[in-house]
Amino acid sequence: MDITELQEIAEKERANQKEIRVHCCTSTGCRAANSMGVKKNLEAAVKDHGMSDRVQVVGVGCMGFCGNGPLVEIDSKEKLYEQVTPNDAESIINSLNGGGIPTAPEGDLKHPFFARQVRIVRETSGKIDPERIEEYIAAGGYQSLYKVIHDFTPQQVVEEITKSGLRGRGGAGYPTGLKWATVAKMPPGQKFVVCNGDEGDPGAFMDRSVLESDPHRVLEGMAIAAYAVGASEGFIYVRAEYPLAIERLEIAIKQAKKLGILGSQIFESNFDFKVNIRIGAGAFVCGEETALIASIEGGRGNPRPRPPYPAQHGIWGNPTLINNVESFANIAAIIREGAEWYASIGTEKSKGTKIFALTGKVKNNGLIEVPMGITLREIVEEMGGGIPGGQVKAVQTGGPSGGCIPASLLDTSVDYESLAKVGSMMGSGGMVVMDQDTSMVEVSRFYMEFCRGETCGKCIPCRAGTVQMYQALTKIINGEATEADLVKLEELCEMVKFTSLCGLGQSAPNPVLSTLRYFREEYLALLKQGVLNGKVAVHG
Amino acid sequence: MSVKTLKIDGKEIAIEEGATLLQAAKEAGIRIPTLCHLDGITDIGACRLCLVEIAGINRLLPACVTEVSEGMDVQTNTPKLKEYRKMIIEMLFAEGNHVCAVCVANGNCELQDLAIEMGMDHSRFPYRFPERDVDVSHDEFGIDHNRCVLCTRCVRVCDEIEGAHVWDVGFRGAAAKVITGLNQPWGTVDACTSCGKCVEACPTGAIFRKGATVGEMDRDRSKLDFIVTARELKQWTR
Amino acid sequence: MDKIRFATVWLAGCSGCHMSFLDLDEWLIDLAEKVDVVYSPVGSDIKEYPEDVDVCFVEGAIANEENLELILKVRERTKFLVSFGDCAVTANVPAMRNMLKGADPVLRRCYLELGDTTPQLPNFPGIVPELLDKVRPVHEVIQVDMFLPGCPPSAPRIQAALEPLLRGEKPVMEGREMLKFG
Repeated sequence: MDITELQEIAEKERANQKEIRVHCCTSTGCRAANSMGVKKNLEAAVKDHGMSDRVQVVGVGCMGFCGNGPLVEIDSKEKLYEQVTPNDAESIINSLNGGGIPTAPEGDLKHPFFARQVRIVRETSGKIDPERIEEYIAAGGYQSLYKVIHDFTPQQVVEEITKSGLRGRGGAGYPTGLKWATVAKMPPGQKFVVCNGDEGDPGAFMDRSVLESDPHRVLEGMAIAAYAVGASEGFIYVRAEYPLAIERLEIAIKQAKKLGILGSQIFESNFDFKVNIRIGAGAFVCGEETALIASIEGGRGNPRPRPPYPAQHGIWGNPTLINNVESFANIAAIIREGAEWYASIGTEKSKGTKIFALTGKVKNNGLIEVPMGITLREIVEEMGGGIPGGQVKAVQTGGPSGGCIPASLLDTSVDYESLAKVGSMMGSGGMVVMDQDTSMVEVSRFYMEFCRGETCGKCIPCRAGTVQMYQALTKIINGEATEADLVKLEELCEMVKFTSLCGLGQSAPNPVLSTLRYFREEYLALLKQGVLNGKVAVHG
Repeated sequence: MSVKTLKIDGKEIAIEEGATLLQAAKEAGIRIPTLCHLDGITDIGACRLCLVEIAGINRLLPACVTEVSEGMDVQTNTPKLKEYRKMIIEMLFAEGNHVCAVCVANGNCELQDLAIEMGMDHSRFPYRFPERDVDVSHDEFGIDHNRCVLCTRCVRVCDEIEGAHVWDVGFRGAAAKVITGLNQPWGTVDACTSCGKCVEACPTGAIFRKGATVGEMDRDRSKLDFIVTARELKQWTR
Repeated sequence: MDKIRFATVWLAGCSGCHMSFLDLDEWLIDLAEKVDVVYSPVGSDIKEYPEDVDVCFVEGAIANEENLELILKVRERTKFLVSFGDCAVTANVPAMRNMLKGADPVLRRCYLELGDTTPQLPNFPGIVPELLDKVRPVHEVIQVDMFLPGCPPSAPRIQAALEPLLRGEKPVMEGREMLKFG
């Protein structure tokens, strides 16, 4: 495979594409609402109307507006239909002939929910069939990989990524270029590239969507990374709860290998890159990189102390580069458009875009890709459409490691530093909007319950501390706690934060700390007044 | 091998490169409390008791797995560290069912010793009274999970020294427990050689010799030391 | 100076801590010169816990309604309350029944499943105090001013804890001499 062959595939694919493409979402969210039934009926209708020569029904990945699925889009006509049932299919196809109006509600593609998005990672999500490599290639796919292999030295690739300002999308925001440089500098030999797809935050489904909608984009990013750091083997770690993502990755790897884009002597060069899929058994802690490595090695998914960092001592002791799905999905575009272009998007320290899973009480639920530096208010009120008949009380970001940002701080810019400053974090991209009826103490207990169940049990502060914090929160909610209990809870939060072995424990107290910071009065209101001269029930 | 110089609690120390802070402190006669550490097996930094403060590093690091480096300035016993350690021990007491009065290891228990060292006179955390079981299916030994603190010494000693890997950890979070074989009764695990190293390694009365009653369990740790160091020290008999 | 009004209370425990207290032997005579024993199962015959107690040693965990009622009264009427022995400090052996999750399963186990001749549940409302569902250490129910763990604390340790209290000082509970579990 050389560049002309790649271009031939693209041209042939484009020539074969019909005049009208009817995109029907086949990702998990819409599938759960019977989009496969819709697709079947759409295909039948095209046939019945004898329109097969100019209309093609394409099963595509996620279009983002998941709360209103199943979604069907007529690409060339810029029309979107929501909550489509199989019965609506006939009327949608018929309308393409000018015959009447579709029975499914029409969405507003000019709504800020769509209009304010800047799609880099998701540029072809919902536009192409994720099960056909030709569609990805036709959309310009794998050109970046070809470019780096033939025009860039590994060093130049690392420099380009460093210049782009891309930071880890898994949540902590470590500079991606720096990570790559560290692995690249390790002595040559066996190295690994790992894609962390162990997305586990409650309410977060960005990575699942990327893997389901555009698996080749992730593979291309991984291959570019492997070339840059000198690795010849990679792993994609996906949770078993994401069967569709796994299925599509398997298809994608097979197709890429067949075309010589993955495997040995990629694009007729000396660069080899083999990708394996590893399926996680659903442990949240396996998203922590050292636990993930242990799991890939076949051991129990327990984190271990760092240093040594995976960049020096990773899978089976070899230098290992671990990036999140979304981080890898940014790479091809950065190479294609250049680091300067990427760095021009976002804020001074947070470049590019971030995908959020906007959920909760907000009107428009779904996936959005927004430029860094957008405010929470713009996301929640403009794009999300606010809360119908209610008020925003808080926005939770960062999942069980993050915090609740009160409505008064909605003008906070969405970037790594600003979110950390207000006591939350970027996280992997969960964004839960809460209204005035939400009890913030209950919210923090919800996240603590999650952590309590997901701690691996290796280190004492996290294993025992999350249980104790959960009990303390329950006591407060039951109206049995005193001020002394609250003080004790805060001491416990501090201890767990500073003594836990890995990020799970270190960040587990965050939801409690952030709600205590902004909604302390809700805790105080639940405390019981001391009786017996304040000498009752300090503990227990 | 090059030598590194560092300061621990203000004391100047020189030690060979690659040594851990725990080793350096021990050599200098400075006591850092530990629980999951056991001489001769891999350190895992799990119990967090040996956390120390290092000047210029904004997080606490476990002395057992942190290598010495030139010019390190280490504090091992600040008020904050003392408080954290005390809380960790209190949480352990609240986590299991540690009824010293009826325990085989009473008076010979590292958890008891640590409680006294930390100045714990009670647990500020509510006791959880979990439902845990006892496995006495093995001919010679038993495990009482009520007394287990999940230090995983048994797991490591069995894997690394005996090479049998009978023990491992099963389940997550509060449900995590050490298991034998594939979470089956200990007595049915063919891999067990009945060597008793796990009994010697256990810091509490969780793994015990059958027939021992309250306060009767004693261990012979020197047996483990001997196995680990005999070849190096050319001690062919004991 | 008035004598210190001193009390000891026996809740759910084996009375071993009180036995250990009696092991103070002749020092008890010294003690008697400095304190008025106003309530104690081993040192007084008064049935009602009095008002204005200066120091009280509480042995035992809170296991039944009587324990609970008494400890609340004790707390209300006592200036300085000491959790005396492992049952008071950790709930110890009495709390081993907590593993059965509730008073009812415990009674069934003891009186029905293990009852030999005439299995029946004890039930004398107002006479036999009802068991609480969960046995708890004293400090989980009321505020405790000092902890003296041990099963039992030895006589010398009881003395070492009492002597500063008699001088109006709080003993320093540190080290192997003062702290012991089991």
